[in-house]
Amino acid sequence: MQALKGMALLLLCQSAGEVLARVAHLPLPGPVLGLLLLWLLLNWPAVRPSVASAAEPLLSHLSLLFVPVGVGVIVHAGLIAQYGVRMLAAVLLSTWLALAVAALVLRACLPRSPAGTDEAAR
Amino acid sequence: MLDFVELWVYLSATPLFGLTATLVTYVCAHTVYERLGHAPWANPVLWTVLLLAALLELSGTPYPSYFSGAQFIHFLLGPAVVAMAWPLWQRRHELRARWPALLLAALAGGATAAGSAWLLGHLLGLPDEVLASLVPKSVTAPVAMGIAAELGGIPALAAVFAVLTGLAGAVSAKYLFDALRIHDPELRGFALGTAAHGIGAARAMQVHPAAGAYAALALGLQVLLAAPLMPLARDLFGHLF
Repeated sequence: MQALKGMALLLLCQSAGEVLARVAHLPLPGPVLGLLLLWLLLNWPAVRPSVASAAEPLLSHLSLLFVPVGVGVIVHAGLIAQYGVRMLAAVLLSTWLALAVAALVLRACLPRSPAGTDEAAR
Repeated sequence: MLDFVELWVYLSATPLFGLTATLVTYVCAHTVYERLGHAPWANPVLWTVLLLAALLELSGTPYPSYFSGAQFIHFLLGPAVVAMAWPLWQRRHELRARWPALLLAALAGGATAAGSAWLLGHLLGLPDEVLASLVPKSVTAPVAMGIAAELGGIPALAAVFAVLTGLAGAVSAKYLFDALRIHDPELRGFALGTAAHGIGAARAMQVHPAAGAYAALALGLQVLLAAPLMPLARDLFGHLF
């Protein structure tokens, strides 16, 4: 029941987010506004157990949710055949650059920890 | 034999087929992934997608009839984005204490992902609507689709790029981090969530709990930053090109 309540809350937040995005012409997608609304709701302790029991299983199997879209690659087979190698090169190189930049910038900005805890562990 | 063909034609046209095939293939791929000790190349999303694409191709099942079942799984992406409020909220004290560093790293990583993808695609001569679909590729798929539509791209193609990016990050990040001597799980997780959204975050969660938490945080930050900032960046810099 907790998980169902939580799921109902998630859907309510998403629906409210979709309505808000359309009515107020906000540049944020509905689910993102839903995230912000849920954050506000979490200040109310009564909702926390049900949100946790819906959010945790959903997020722990997040990668499964990308499968239907991933299979959709075959729909774009024509476009991919035409630009495939170039699109793949752009995707791969930019992903590696972003991984390196995000990790290195965070390391540079966090002088003590987590680098500090790492040294303490040695 | 004819009965079997008729049965297949019936089954492959019902939503039951897409849903069952997706779940069964994913469960099998995930079991193999666990048996292999979470080897990056054995990524369950990668193998599930390849196996299902081969199955559809060999059986001649059109993608829309597969999707009529798989859409029930696809639909959960929206609530999953909303659900990211939970790990973010749980880490609110950390977020408050470290927000300048986290925000700067999220902005730098996100800008690198979008900017380098745009620049590389532009140099390689990709058409405008493909470029606009490429830019939000490091943001989780449902949000990337919305941003791509806003930028004049093709939402379905943006989702495909997002999945490819997630897979590229999840499969190769370990080797890149080892080469750059980035060993802290927090840094690895944060980078995975920033550059490779949900698929990268799922990988981080399987490897280390702290990496998973930072990945979820980074993923949430990308969603919050990219949705308003990418159209803004287009308005600011778009006229230069």
